[in-house]
Amino acid sequence: MVGYLVRRFLQAIIVVLGVVLIVFLLSRLIPGGEARAVLGERASPEAIARFNRVQGFDLPIWLQFWHYILGLPQLKLGYSYKFTQPVWTIISTRLPKTLALVGTSTVLALVVAIPLGVIQVVRRHKPTDYALTGVSFILYAMPAFFFGTLLIIIFSFDLKLLPVSPPSGSSPFEIWTDPKAFIMPVVTLAAISIASFSRYMRSSLLDAMAEDYIRTARAKGASNKRVLFGHALRNALIPIITLLGLTLPVIVSGAVIVEDVFNYPGMGLLIVQAADNTDIPLVLGTTLVITVATVIGSLLADILYVVVDPRIRYGGSF
Amino acid sequence: MTEAPGFHETPAWGLDPAKSPVALGPDLLVPEEAATEEEHPPEGPSGGEARSTGGIGVQILRAFWEHKLAVVSLAVIILMILFCWVGPLIYHTQQVNQNLVLVNPTNAPPGATGGKFPLGTTATGFDELGRIMYGGKVSLEVGLLSALIATCMGVVYGAIAGFFGRWLDAVMMRFVDIVLSIPLLFLLIALVTIFRSSTTLLIFVIAGVSWLVPARLVRGETLTLRTREYVQAVRGMGGRGGRIIGRHIIPNAVGTIVVFATFQVATSILLLAALGFLGFGVPAPATDWGSMLSNAVSAAGNGWWWEFYPVGICIVLVVICFNFIGDALRDALEARTQRR
Repeated sequence: MVGYLVRRFLQAIIVVLGVVLIVFLLSRLIPGGEARAVLGERASPEAIARFNRVQGFDLPIWLQFWHYILGLPQLKLGYSYKFTQPVWTIISTRLPKTLALVGTSTVLALVVAIPLGVIQVVRRHKPTDYALTGVSFILYAMPAFFFGTLLIIIFSFDLKLLPVSPPSGSSPFEIWTDPKAFIMPVVTLAAISIASFSRYMRSSLLDAMAEDYIRTARAKGASNKRVLFGHALRNALIPIITLLGLTLPVIVSGAVIVEDVFNYPGMGLLIVQAADNTDIPLVLGTTLVITVATVIGSLLADILYVVVDPRIRYGGSF
Repeated sequence: MTEAPGFHETPAWGLDPAKSPVALGPDLLVPEEAATEEEHPPEGPSGGEARSTGGIGVQILRAFWEHKLAVVSLAVIILMILFCWVGPLIYHTQQVNQNLVLVNPTNAPPGATGGKFPLGTTATGFDELGRIMYGGKVSLEVGLLSALIATCMGVVYGAIAGFFGRWLDAVMMRFVDIVLSIPLLFLLIALVTIFRSSTTLLIFVIAGVSWLVPARLVRGETLTLRTREYVQAVRGMGGRGGRIIGRHIIPNAVGTIVVFATFQVATSILLLAALGFLGFGVPAPATDWGSMLSNAVSAAGNGWWWEFYPVGICIVLVVICFNFIGDALRDALEARTQRR
């Protein structure tokens, strides 16, 4: 188990270093260099040379990369010339909001999808199963921007039940205390993963029901309910945790759309605004930070997996 | 770095490599006469050719035909392609003029001005029906082409990594892991910001973030294929890596590749729509379905539904259809391997 965790941890570190390298290389790919992006198209060659010397852009590329890495622990992610603030200062106010959004909707997705999958297995090949499969298929194909806008049209414009404006709080706690404004973004983001989670839950539970230990349990005289909840479901939940770790980048990616639709001021809306302004340091800083957050999230899911699955905890075969 | 077995092999999007028709390999070794002798499809396509090459193909077609939903989906896609490409030739509309406001009414409901605008007009006076054709052409074009490019890139990359193995495989696949850990839309937006977008560039940028998954799939398949006897036989006869990959490994992985490509078309169309919705779609005066939807959000709030729902439904419909076709193709290719 320890060996597995150490390997998994090293893997995460390599991924983060790789992402840092990619982000660094992308930042050097700007046509004309950062000097032109900051000083404008008609800047004189002398001004550009001075800018490059001050910023250290005239150094060899590997040295620049070294300086970049050295700056990261101090959260030096560059300077946003459009917001006239360091990139990290802007990101640090936005990151908690995205974490709150992604976290809440992932929990909601699990809470809805697991019972859905169970119902589909219990009612297998009955109308309920087909209806739920149909609904989850439509949800799966429905783009978040379409679904989210539909929610706004129905609940804000037509029924006038929910506000269009995002939660005004700045900390996750304040956001949670404003459920009326928070519910539509959360539901929209959860809808994407509910479809795939419940489909996966259904097949995972069906697989578990076909295992030998289910037959053993039945032979011992366990009731249907006990077989389903005591034996099959507990084992079927384990792959869901793996799926969670793998789906996290997809959910975070979906947050961009959801935040744009609902004007929710998180990391997704930030990168959209930064891209609108061609604020490349901010775009890349956002990408880097959100990726690191996602990698940590996936790592946590894998650690949870180890805790839950006794085969890894005691087996040590990994 | 070694991976925990089974962890990273299962992609979340349901394209389960374990389920995909991995064991396509030996089928092609069966002499072709033997293949056609099994059961002759009575209504096979014209005579002689079907005999020599159609045995497998006809079986796949039959299995596909059993999926009525997929057949309907295919028909819908064909109709949609005709609608977007042939439609504008029959139904002429002005889609580039900037001063349409002076000529056409704005935000006119469907059937306005004596049925001159069957689906109404937009806020800038564009005819909505013609606009859907015009934007759909771009959406489908980008979707199909970027899926094609992504698949080709992924196949070559995955086959090379899987075939040569060892450190090359480790480095190449680690790179895939790294890029895949960046949330897709963040990466896409970063790329679009750095390389200012044009339609052609969008195709390549979307392909540039989409080739990683097929690379993983094909690499997995190559790992099993390269241990097959016929690959070893070619090696024994002195065949080089490039030849083995091109003539033996890729053709045998074609089932997985085709199924992936079908799903990828849906994904690519969605990605372009998402970019368009966020304001990074094809530059004006061209448009795509996502950009149209984005422009229609405020219109929908004013009750001008015709600017919002038709486009939204077009996107969902096309995506669902490609998914159904992909599902049926996977089943059909699996059925083919199971029947033997």
